[in-house]
Amino acid sequence: MSETVPTQRDIVIRRGTADKVFRTFIASGAMLSLVVLGLIAGFLLFRGFEIFKDFGLSFITGTQWDAGSGDASAPAKFGIAAMLVGSVVTAVIALCVAVPFAIAVSLFLEYYAPHFIRKPLTAVLDLVAAIPSVIYGIWGYTILMPKASGWAKSLNSWFDWIWIFKVPAPIFDRSPFIAGLLLALMVLPITTSVAREVYSQAPRDQIDAAYGLGGTKWGAIRTVVMPFGRSGLVGGAMLGLGRALGETVAVYLVLNLVFKVNFQILASAGGNVASLIATRFGEATPYELKALMAAGLVLFLVTLAVNATATYIVSRSRSAA
Amino acid sequence: MTSTVNSPVTPVPQKPWKHTARAWKQAGFMSSASLAGAWILVQLTGLAGVLGSYVAFAIVFPIVAFLTSLPYGKKAGQDRMATAVICLAFSSAIIPWGSILFTVFNNGRHAFYSGFLTTDMLISTGDDPLNTGGISHAIAGTLILISIASVIAIPLGIVAAIYIVETKGRFSGYVRFFTQAMSGVPSIVAGLFIYTTVVVVIFNKFNALAGGLALAILMLPTVARTTEEVLKLVPDDLRSASYAMGASQVSTVFRIVLPTVRSGIITASILGVARVAGETAPLLLTSQYFVKFTTNITSGPMAALPTYIFGNLGVGSENSVTRAWGGSAVLMSIVFVLFILARLLGGRSKTGKR
Repeated sequence: MSETVPTQRDIVIRRGTADKVFRTFIASGAMLSLVVLGLIAGFLLFRGFEIFKDFGLSFITGTQWDAGSGDASAPAKFGIAAMLVGSVVTAVIALCVAVPFAIAVSLFLEYYAPHFIRKPLTAVLDLVAAIPSVIYGIWGYTILMPKASGWAKSLNSWFDWIWIFKVPAPIFDRSPFIAGLLLALMVLPITTSVAREVYSQAPRDQIDAAYGLGGTKWGAIRTVVMPFGRSGLVGGAMLGLGRALGETVAVYLVLNLVFKVNFQILASAGGNVASLIATRFGEATPYELKALMAAGLVLFLVTLAVNATATYIVSRSRSAA
Repeated sequence: MTSTVNSPVTPVPQKPWKHTARAWKQAGFMSSASLAGAWILVQLTGLAGVLGSYVAFAIVFPIVAFLTSLPYGKKAGQDRMATAVICLAFSSAIIPWGSILFTVFNNGRHAFYSGFLTTDMLISTGDDPLNTGGISHAIAGTLILISIASVIAIPLGIVAAIYIVETKGRFSGYVRFFTQAMSGVPSIVAGLFIYTTVVVVIFNKFNALAGGLALAILMLPTVARTTEEVLKLVPDDLRSASYAMGASQVSTVFRIVLPTVRSGIITASILGVARVAGETAPLLLTSQYFVKFTTNITSGPMAALPTYIFGNLGVGSENSVTRAWGGSAVLMSIVFVLFILARLLGGRSKTGKR
């Protein structure tokens, strides 16, 4: 008696011509987005290569930005250290303000708000995320700045003994502090919506278990929801960071561009790479334009790295849910 | 009251969740105590004005909430305090956005006169009295730039989404990852890229086509991501049924999947448009600004609402800033209308089809 073991049939996919054409078309179209990213990096590198060659590492570490007079007596000097530091300082201020608010607002939307206003409020959150940056800019310049320089003055008078709150001159307009506040407002919607999404996926049974053990609402949130949403929150904050680093117009309007490394957040001096490009672009010499391209490349790579990390963290926390 | 099972007393519905008179009294005490505390704080420190009083209240209220519920235990106190802090943080977050909406429309309305939407700035400057000049050129420019961007970015975004969800090619993971990462490309970098390629190399002058291309780069990720989300909602049964009938993948995608999510794709496109309608930085480097109403996309610079706002703000005089506010009000209205449209269409696709 012989027993025939049924062998598994190989599944062969035979696609028709139409499908082959279709798949090739879709694939090549989809690759275009990768190609565009590559082209951006490639062209900026191509245009800015001369700068990297001429200045080397001092383009990153130098603080001077001077187009020079075109002859040997006053050679051009380009370094973006001050702008990089300015970008980081404003973005960090923005996150320090925005993240606590993002946590609170997302918890409110998910666990505290009355049920009937949760959906409308979430829609409103998406809506304010779409407010154009130039409108944040005009509002920040005319409404926020007069108020915020008053706050800066009080901060300065109370915390004068802390180094970062010192100012060289009593001028409080157009400081990194104000730019940071405005950026905080701009990144709050995106950070909040990511945080809200991960908080909403917190395991319901564990929350109920916390209640069942006699825990309070805050107890349940502190022990279940917050630990669960931590990595998602980090991802959301990094998405906000990427946005804050690359913001141009709003920062341009409320920050005084000064080529000096400045950590004193209330002083009227700072800058960021994006607003540097917007400021100098108009009257740049061809050589300076190349330097701006190089600065753009640095900004592009930094934000790409930040965003890629954020995307990775958010998607991982999503799949863990 | 003692009652037996047989007693004829009809049970009255109890509502244990209803606030008792005692809870109301407590709440009243809490708020009046915090108001008093806030008043004292305002008197003692430099806080002043409506905002200062609010800040003082925000400091005092959680502390009072904590102290008044301490009799119920430390945990209850913490819970109350957390509730107070979270609700206060939410209401504080509303203030700046409320202020933005209010000031944009309140300051913007002064710029409006009968011809504001129908004249351009060819014969008037930003300083001129507010009954001359307008934003017709900027509105037309914004619409043209958006159209160019849409024509390029919407099909490409849909193709990318189809690649990720439907054909699931070998690189779909990478495409997905990089389209998402692309959404973080700073807008000014997109502007610089188009400037070095399209403006400098191809046309050798600023033009609207370049502006539209720069916006397309920024729009693509939004369209791709949103379309991807709606494509994932299509039940696999539909696809299997289509294949079982002998349909090829092309006809499955074009006749079954895409028609099913038509409104979702429209939503994705509108969200993409709303995302780029207010972009300023890339336009400064590509389409620049021009005072005259023009529809030629390759002949030279073209106005757009964001650059109009930015330019007039730069002039700095009272009238030009009012013009900038007027432009902001129009831009904001456009973005909001688009957004609400996207919501309405998106909402219908979820409920109507099933």
